[in-house]
Amino acid sequence: MDAIEANNLRKSFGAVTAVDDVSIAIPEGGIFGFLGPNGAGKTTTIRMLTGVLIPDAGSVRILGTDVNKDPLTAKLKMGVIPENGTVYSDLTAEQNILLTAKFYGMDRASRESRAGEILARLGLLERRNDLVRTFSKGMRQRISIACAIVHSPPILILDEPTTGLDVYSRRLVIDTVRHMNREGSTILLTTHNIEEANALCSTISIINRGKIVATDSPEKLKKTFDTSRYVEVSFDQPVGQELFASPGITRAEPWGDKWRVYTDDPDRAVKHLASVAERDHLKIMSIATSNPTLEEAFVKLTTGA
Amino acid sequence: MDWKIFARSIIVITEKNMRIYYFKGPVVVFGLLFPLIMFLTFFIGRNLDLVLFFPGFLGMMLFFTASSVGPLITPWEKREKTYERLVSLPVILESIVIGDLLAGAIFGIAITLLVFGICAEILHLPIMNAGLLVLSFVLGSFAFAALGTLLASPSMDNPSNIMMLSSLVRLPLIFISGIFIPLSQLSGWIWILTSLSPLTYLVDLFHAALNGDAVYPPWVDALVLVFVILVFIWCAKVIQKRNLVKGI
Repeated sequence: MDAIEANNLRKSFGAVTAVDDVSIAIPEGGIFGFLGPNGAGKTTTIRMLTGVLIPDAGSVRILGTDVNKDPLTAKLKMGVIPENGTVYSDLTAEQNILLTAKFYGMDRASRESRAGEILARLGLLERRNDLVRTFSKGMRQRISIACAIVHSPPILILDEPTTGLDVYSRRLVIDTVRHMNREGSTILLTTHNIEEANALCSTISIINRGKIVATDSPEKLKKTFDTSRYVEVSFDQPVGQELFASPGITRAEPWGDKWRVYTDDPDRAVKHLASVAERDHLKIMSIATSNPTLEEAFVKLTTGA
Repeated sequence: MDWKIFARSIIVITEKNMRIYYFKGPVVVFGLLFPLIMFLTFFIGRNLDLVLFFPGFLGMMLFFTASSVGPLITPWEKREKTYERLVSLPVILESIVIGDLLAGAIFGIAITLLVFGICAEILHLPIMNAGLLVLSFVLGSFAFAALGTLLASPSMDNPSNIMMLSSLVRLPLIFISGIFIPLSQLSGWIWILTSLSPLTYLVDLFHAALNGDAVYPPWVDALVLVFVILVFIWCAKVIQKRNLVKGI
């Protein structure tokens, strides 16, 4: 059974189709990333998955429970950090967590011990009795995460959890996501930060204009665009274009004080560069190969470049 | 549907509303002062019988307190961006509507009972039917807390807009509800207008409970108030459901 299964989700706002026939199947235990440019339909999809928004068509099942038919049971299995949602600023950090825990039916002792444990992990134990309105954005987001994980949910859904956070808060959020995943939670997160998705996620879906354009592991997505690899090299003296004429090298261009050599076979290109350097008594000052990046895959999939 | 989870969600939402929105010094003071000042404005200098007019004052008090904060909760939560989080918790629309209603009703009953207790002690108010008095408190508080929840339902995230709407609806009601002029003295189109206000039936029920001088039979008053509660809840649910579908 998949942790999250969405079939043919569709949502329009007036004449604008925000999500168009999106289907996702997220197996239990993984970290699934949802990547897309602004306005691609990420948040609308997340809102439908979490039962906040009613889809025009399609269905969502959370660990086998239909979100629209039995929302209470489905929502019990999730912890959600909405992009446009925050905690109550007129309550203290601890009161927010305890209140959220009550919604999940936790008894008093469990609520209090879990709140203390999470506040300590998120570095907010000393501020537990302070009103949230006195907190920075990063601290509020940490309380938001604390509320989402207080009941140790089997599924944790985070919509842009690190946007606008300072480095310390961002790191705490990422550590918490990893910790929850190690504890057995399935994670679904949306992010603009491609490197974050690359570092965290086992599977990524790229969404553009309301449609999923690719779903795969980060490495496989990068390899889809393998043709754009290159070698950057610099020598101790100026060299001409003719040095790079070799099978496997598609083109070469000056790149600052270096040359960028485009190739579909970096191994062959590096060997060629080493041999011509030896032959012409050139000293290689620096050499580096580039791997295709997830950003390239993202840009190409979302712009059609 | 799991009724245990549903009941729990209502209780927690009620508790949340009480703690965050209702039992705060300024809200309690405003809830006490506003109806009191309104009543005194009409009462002082007119040489009226306070005991005769007390059911009207009690009705107005319950009307204002039960419907005062409810209209602001959802718009406030939408503006503060806590609504999105609330909806993603194990709650459904009905939990939010009923939780908001219960909080308003509890607040209305608590404040009005306090005022009634003090006034009953000072003025030696008659109580003709204690059971009817309890029924009046319960039905009145639920009816006007439901009105508050209904007023909160339009998709606005600016509390001041809702305050304006709320004043536009609530203030005219007190003038056409037999509070300042007894129902028995009304006739013609004013009588018809008065019979359209749900507050009329609460005031009449209080008259039956306290002075025994109601115009309508108590069962008519009670049935109208139950009908009003159901209509207000149904309308609030329909509007808020439409907002959820539209994503607003």
